[in-house]
Order: sequence, then C-alpha cells, then structure tokens
Amino acid sequence: MRTIDVSVITQNIKEMCIEANHFLSEDMEKALKLATKEENAPLGRQILEQLQKNMKIAGEDMIPICQDTGMAVIFMEIGQEVHFEGGALADAINEGVRQGYIEGYLRKSVVKDPIYRENTKDNTPAVIYYEMTLGDKVKITVAPKGFGSENMSRVFMLKPSDGIEGVKNAILTAVKEAGPNACPPMVVGVGIGGTFEKCALLAKKALTRSVNERSEIPYVRELEEEMLLKINESGIGPGGLGGSTTALAVNVNTYPTHIAGLPVAINICCHVNRHAIRVV
Amino acid sequence: MEMSTIMERHIKVPLSNEEALTLQSGDYVYLTGTIYTARDAAHKRMYEALSNGEALPIDMGNNVIYYMGPSPAREGRPIGSAGPTTSSRMDKYAPALLDLGLKGMIGKGKRSQEVRDAIIRNGAVYFAAVGGAGALLSRSIIASEVIAYDDLGTEAIRRLEIKEFPVIVVIDAQGNNLYETAIEEYKKD
Repeated sequence: MRTIDVSVITQNIKEMCIEANHFLSEDMEKALKLATKEENAPLGRQILEQLQKNMKIAGEDMIPICQDTGMAVIFMEIGQEVHFEGGALADAINEGVRQGYIEGYLRKSVVKDPIYRENTKDNTPAVIYYEMTLGDKVKITVAPKGFGSENMSRVFMLKPSDGIEGVKNAILTAVKEAGPNACPPMVVGVGIGGTFEKCALLAKKALTRSVNERSEIPYVRELEEEMLLKINESGIGPGGLGGSTTALAVNVNTYPTHIAGLPVAINICCHVNRHAIRVV
Repeated sequence: MEMSTIMERHIKVPLSNEEALTLQSGDYVYLTGTIYTARDAAHKRMYEALSNGEALPIDMGNNVIYYMGPSPAREGRPIGSAGPTTSSRMDKYAPALLDLGLKGMIGKGKRSQEVRDAIIRNGAVYFAAVGGAGALLSRSIIASEVIAYDDLGTEAIRRLEIKEFPVIVVIDAQGNNLYETAIEEYKKD
C-alpha cells in the first residue's frame, strides 16, 4: 500500500493544465513540421507556417496556443495499491484545475448549467474518468478540449451488417461535415465497439495517443492509414482553405461489443491536440 | 498542383462601402484600425435588444465584428490569446446586424445560406482568421477595452485597435465562397 496526499494531485494537475495549454507534445510538433514541408497549396503552407510560429510565440511569451483553453478532461489511472488521504480526490483534481486556469491566465470557458449558462469563472468542474490498474502509481492525463472541434464530433449507432465500409463512411462523413469549423489540420480519434458511451470514450482516449503510434491490430492499423489518406484527399486543407493537409493522424481504438450493434464515435480535435501526461 | 499566387492587400477598418466591394474571395488581407469583438452571449443580447426596440451598444455602420473571446491578458499586455471562434453559432443573429450596416465579420468556418444572402444584399465581407493561432494573432492587437456587457467576462464586447491583422477573404460581396472553391481545387476524388 502506498499513501498519496491529494495535495500532490492538485499541484500536478495545476501544472499540467498550464503546460498543456502552452506546449504541444513532441509528436504533434513534428507532425506539423512535416506537414508544412509536404503541403503544396500556397495558402495552406502559409497557414501551417503561421501555426508553427504561433506555437513558438506561445512557449516564449507564455500565452496560450489557442484562446479556447478548453474544458479540462482528465484521465486518472490509479494503481489499486494506492491509498489517497487528505480529502476527496475529485475535489483535489478540481482544485488543481481552478488554480491552473486562474494562475496560468487560461480562459474560463465552463458554464454551470447547459441551459442557463452562467460561467463558473474558474473553469471547473473538470470531466474526470477513473480507471483502476495494477501497481502503486497514478498516471494522470490532462487533455484540455476546445469546442470548435468538439462540436463537430459524432456518434453513429451502425448495424453489424454495415461492417467496415459503414465505419469508413461514418469517419469520412464526420470529417467532411466538420471541414473548416474544426480548425484543420485535425487529429481524428475514433472509437469502434462497446456501448453508446463507451465508443465515445474510446474515441476521446484515442486522441491522447501519439500521432505516430499505429494500432497493433492489423486491420485497425490499415483502417487508420487508409482513412488518413482519404481525409487528406478531401481537399479541405489547413484552415479549410484548400490543400492536402486536412488531418495529421487518425487514431482508432476498439472494444468488444454486443451481437446487435456496431457503435462508432468520431471525436475530432483541432491541430492544438493538447495532452500532458505524468506518472506520480 | 498549380501554384497560384496569393493576392495581398492592406485595408483600413472600419471598412468603407467601396473598399468592401473590391475584396475578392481568396485575398490575403492585413487589417488596420478599429474592430469590435462579440461572440455567442453578446450576440444573443444584441438580438434581444433589437427585438425589444432598444439601441445596440455599438453602431453597426461600416464596422467589423470579430467572433472572439480572449484568454486573460498578462500584466503589461493588451490581451491574451485571441484567435477566432466558430462563426456558424452566430448565423442566427448575423443577417439582422448586416442589414443594420455591419460591413465585415471575422471568424472561422462555414456560414448559412441566410448569412451569405445578407452579405451579398449589403455588400459585406466574411473573413477567416487562422483558427488556433491565438498567440500569433494577439501580436496584431495593440489595444483592447471592454465597452459593453462586462458581466459576460470573455464574451463581453471589446473595442480592439489592430495593426496589420492577418485575415483571408472567404465570402466576398459577390457571394463567392473560398471554402467551396478551394476544396474543389484541391480534392483528389
């Protein structure tokens, strides 16, 4: 048994909110750099160059990469030998978000009620997922999610007979409808299987995978590669203003499902695909 | 793929009727002057004010609205990160403002047919700024002041002084739409 005071979680979450909003992970930076070299639309290339310059300014001046610093989505993978003390874990996580968004000059984009829409003024509450794992460590992933792209995400409850072609159609439909609204070049997270909510969660979690890491399941890897090619043939391009760089990666996660169903979720993320990961 | 050249223009805002008509879909434009910010909540309030026969907090005539809610400014800086938000959420409100003389909108993403019709009817322009480039765009904003709806926080109406603020003409006064023409030009199937 290992005891962790929840104040340690607060401190880490606070730092991770600030870090994720100012610095992209290395795989995202590399993917953008490569795309800039390969894009042949003049305006598309100019936009990709601006995005790289934007990231440089964000880090140097400590100004968020994007003004939409997101709703904080937090994955907690907790080793079952860990014991927390010092207060409720959810409170500690939200306190970290509160401190990070206030002290880090991040935008407060959360409203208390979806209909009455009063801003909570500290970006809480976060959306928190807990998962139990083996061991005595806690893996924390902080993924601030902007809503330009979140709004273009979709869930399709396909029939088993729709098969892999149905899945491909669903992905291409979501991406084409998203077009310029989702701030391309995008990262496309896809969940296949599970239940209605499980496939959405798979898609969300797929966005936290490295853009260079392909699935270990052969047909899923092929699907990821084929979809990336197809999406980049759509012409949408950087900013939706034309070109060959519409997506930087398609990450697909799968899960067993029911004999009667084929749920597919497409969670679209803009080029500011933010996630900070730490193991405590 | 054919390498077309990009037409660059330097334009003063507020935008004159004559100048608005010369802007073409696809032009890369640097804006200098005064613009106003408003996004979801401010549009809803302005729309309600109009429905109640009340005056708007800003005069629409020849002005440009930027669909943007910034992150907080650090000490000594005029503004925080300041990139565009998705314009389609303002589609419900935009035609009424265009009919009152609004000359330009800066945002990102698709517009409805009603907005496009209102753009043509009023000789206006829809510009896109690069989505997700809020740190870079903030450098072209030299002053910012909340002038209405302060209680809305990031969604308040701000007057911005901008210098060489980079945008792209998406829908011009003739109704040409770069989002549609560019996809046709670059799609491979």
